[in-house]
Amino acid sequence: MNDFYIILTGILVAVSCSILGTFLVLRKMAMVGDAISHAVLPGIVLSFFITGSRESIWMLIGAGLMGVFTTLIIEWLHKKTKLQEDASIGVTFTFLFALGVLLISYFAENIDLDQECVLYGEIAYVPLNTIMLFGLELPKAIVMLAVVLILITAVIFFFYKEWVITTFDAPYAASIGMSTVLWNYILMSMVSFTTVASFESVGAILVVAFLVVPASAAYLITDSLPKTLFFAVLFGIISSVAGYYSASILDVSISGAMATAAGIIFIICFILQWIQKQIHTSPSILQAEEQDV
Amino acid sequence: MKELIRFLLLEDPNVRTVVFGTILLNLSASVVGSFAFLQKKSLSGDAVAHSILPGICMAFIFFQTKSLWVLLPGAFVTGWLSLYLVDLISRHSKLKQDTAIAVVLSVFFAVGIILLTYIQHSGSGAQSGLDSFLFGKAAALLEKDLITYAIISLLVIGVTVFFFKEFMLISFDATYAGSIGLPVRGLQLVLTTLTVIAIVTGIQSVGVVLMSAMLITPAVAARYWTDDLKQLLILAVFFNTIAAIMGAYISYRYPSMPTGPWIVVVISLFAFASILFAPKKGLVYSMYRVFKHKSLILKENILKALYQLGEQDNGFRDTRALNKLLAKRNLPLWQVYPALYRLMFEGYLQHTSKGWALTSEGMERGKRIVRLHRLWEMYLSKNLLLASDHVHDDAETIEHILTPELESRLEKSLNFPEVDPHSSKIPR
Amino acid sequence: MIEHVADPILEIHDLTVSYSKRPVLWNIDLTLPQGVLAGIIGPNGAGKSTLIKTAMGLIPKASGYVKLFNKDLEEVRKKVSYVPQRESVDWDFPASALDVVLMGRYGHVGIFKSLRQADKEVALDCLRKVGMEAFADRQISQLSGGQQQRVFLARALAQDADLYFMDEPFAGVDASTEKTIIALLKEMTAKGKTIIVVHHDLNSADEYFDWILLLNTRLVASGPTEKVFTKELLQKTYGGKLNILSSVGDLLHNEQFPNRE
Repeated sequence: MNDFYIILTGILVAVSCSILGTFLVLRKMAMVGDAISHAVLPGIVLSFFITGSRESIWMLIGAGLMGVFTTLIIEWLHKKTKLQEDASIGVTFTFLFALGVLLISYFAENIDLDQECVLYGEIAYVPLNTIMLFGLELPKAIVMLAVVLILITAVIFFFYKEWVITTFDAPYAASIGMSTVLWNYILMSMVSFTTVASFESVGAILVVAFLVVPASAAYLITDSLPKTLFFAVLFGIISSVAGYYSASILDVSISGAMATAAGIIFIICFILQWIQKQIHTSPSILQAEEQDV
Repeated sequence: MKELIRFLLLEDPNVRTVVFGTILLNLSASVVGSFAFLQKKSLSGDAVAHSILPGICMAFIFFQTKSLWVLLPGAFVTGWLSLYLVDLISRHSKLKQDTAIAVVLSVFFAVGIILLTYIQHSGSGAQSGLDSFLFGKAAALLEKDLITYAIISLLVIGVTVFFFKEFMLISFDATYAGSIGLPVRGLQLVLTTLTVIAIVTGIQSVGVVLMSAMLITPAVAARYWTDDLKQLLILAVFFNTIAAIMGAYISYRYPSMPTGPWIVVVISLFAFASILFAPKKGLVYSMYRVFKHKSLILKENILKALYQLGEQDNGFRDTRALNKLLAKRNLPLWQVYPALYRLMFEGYLQHTSKGWALTSEGMERGKRIVRLHRLWEMYLSKNLLLASDHVHDDAETIEHILTPELESRLEKSLNFPEVDPHSSKIPR
Repeated sequence: MIEHVADPILEIHDLTVSYSKRPVLWNIDLTLPQGVLAGIIGPNGAGKSTLIKTAMGLIPKASGYVKLFNKDLEEVRKKVSYVPQRESVDWDFPASALDVVLMGRYGHVGIFKSLRQADKEVALDCLRKVGMEAFADRQISQLSGGQQQRVFLARALAQDADLYFMDEPFAGVDASTEKTIIALLKEMTAKGKTIIVVHHDLNSADEYFDWILLLNTRLVASGPTEKVFTKELLQKTYGGKLNILSSVGDLLHNEQFPNRE
């Protein structure tokens, strides 16, 4: 049963992250996602200290606010003080992450968090911490991740066309009256939720791998958004399963192995698209098509 | 206080190692980081820092030693490899550079975590030192490591100083640098190599995650104080050194506190303080400037209103009651009173029990504003072909900013007009 | 030479737009009649794109107002369509030509609801109008520049608006696409639609447009092509910026002087 719970945790993290990651990659905001996943750390530590629990609704709310706050700082630095965007990202997330590590040291006696957990999580401990729900004894982390996943899926599904258009062509979206700023903040809040929910299992750093790698791999080999989303989710699931079993064989970090598996899938996709490009750029096909216009 | 003095005197040999160690580790990072910042490559450093972890672990697995002369080359190799891969991915696929960076750094880091846990679980017991690359432990530095780092740092800084002019040029305008015959690719290669070396050496002080802060944050802080590259480098080093000393001191007083995150927090606070308070470029300064402009506009508008009242009855220096002034130009009282008294102190107004009157200086200045206003209206209607009822609003701003030089150019180009588009006389 | 019309479809009043306090559009005052194909002409950096972006509410105004159909933009958004510059989007986005054209229906469908078969038929019909029906399922990155521009035009058609703003629709397109597009635009104006196009090619301007706006930070001229497209006015537009105006603009920027606040 423990195996099942660990794999299920990995899958839940991977699916949530892959869906959001697809939009981060398409919006060229992969590093903003990276920054947010680091920057929510002080929020996690503080709400952990206050509520004494890693799985609470307050933690999600706190993280959502923290994510929006991080986005606001980055934008403020970039727009108001004319600092380059990449430098704004770099300065903001390192500062907040450092603050988080200091808080961990400060509360060291009161809370059960350590730096290793921050960096790569403790997915193997997920089954130990359970809660009774509908007469079932379920790991708390799984319940929380499932809630987040349902939330994300609902928000993406119901507002699919808003996501498509604000991502593809923001000026046009604004011209038909959509608030690009609002959708951006909603995305950033969801990235924060996911980071917090995934925190215990994969840590604040490896969650970036789950966000970006399967989505990038899927983006390389697909040509329509539904397919990109489908493959991103599929790759996320495959990495979780493959990562878990190879980690148990090699006796190494499970979340590390899951992220590495995603990396291997990415390499395969990269090579595939490269081969495809070599075939497709043979000039004769394109020229023939141009003529019948 | 006694503790601080004891710390600053460096009496304790441990303190000495820590302080010099922390300074040395980041010295080269802040120098080459300034170039990375200026080349808009702030996040590449993040990729390198994360990618160092697998290199160190592999070097340890193969050679089973913690000697820096083995681990650092390992770190260097994967650090370089990561940059190569970022370049490869962004060049040969539709992924943009920032996505490529995120992919590379997270996968390399994951591999590093796998290797690290492999080493831990294989139970050789010697892995403990490797943690310091993950989190940074400047306090755990040994004196012999210190010498190694000193040599590397001096080397990096030496090469940077030697190629200073060339690096400056390729950072500013690589195309031009190429056109005057500089080997741009070669120089970029040297600079990138130096960056990787600097990150590799710095990693022990703050750890992989925070390393990119040591590269760019000092440069960001320095950028708000100067436009000169040499000064920028010196300031970056200065901020870095102060932050390192403060970080070392905090973990000296409170041994449970990690040095690395403190250094990053301190240097970040320097950066935020610079962004807010630096002269000329700081936000507070520009807010002050806006305030100054607004108060200038208010004062000039009062003088202008009084002058216009004078135009109506040809009594330019007559005393006007406040309500007459407000009838001419409606302004909130809380703004008008302080402005009136300031104008009085500056010698533009006289105050009696009956009200306010322009002095001769005040009258001249009021006249100038009225003249500029009407000249600008004339200019807009003649050169921008605006209808005469559309020119007033713009002139309300521009009248306050025109310099005497622009004023005479304006007069000349309008051929010294007598009246404005509303047929009001332009005073001279 | 600025000709004003009664009952305009677009009215821009006293519009000033600044980037970092430097005005890029200075006191623009213009009116445009319904049913014209209007070209905005001027040198690089004259503020041509800024003008239509401001009209669409994408850029904040320093002063002035814009009225469309004698109303505020929010009230008439569905009757207005904006075609951004082709380079402004990433054509590597995973979507087909049809997907992009369908985006033109989004404004009509409203939040929460999804597209229907009827919307798809409208989109296909619009692709046919621009001669791209054979490419409906083609991934957009595989289209040529001209084809991408046609897709953008088809998206605008799918919006079924009365007033169109188009930002450089002829930039980087082949000659046959340019001909197709201009024929289509003329057909649309014949049906009473109004189209405002940012254009950078002086040679074709008088042939394409029946109304011309000459812009260089300030509005040099606005009126029917035969009245406005004169050597004298073009020289005024392209003869560089007005010295005094740009000096004052620099001054406003350097001093960060609050304009009309």
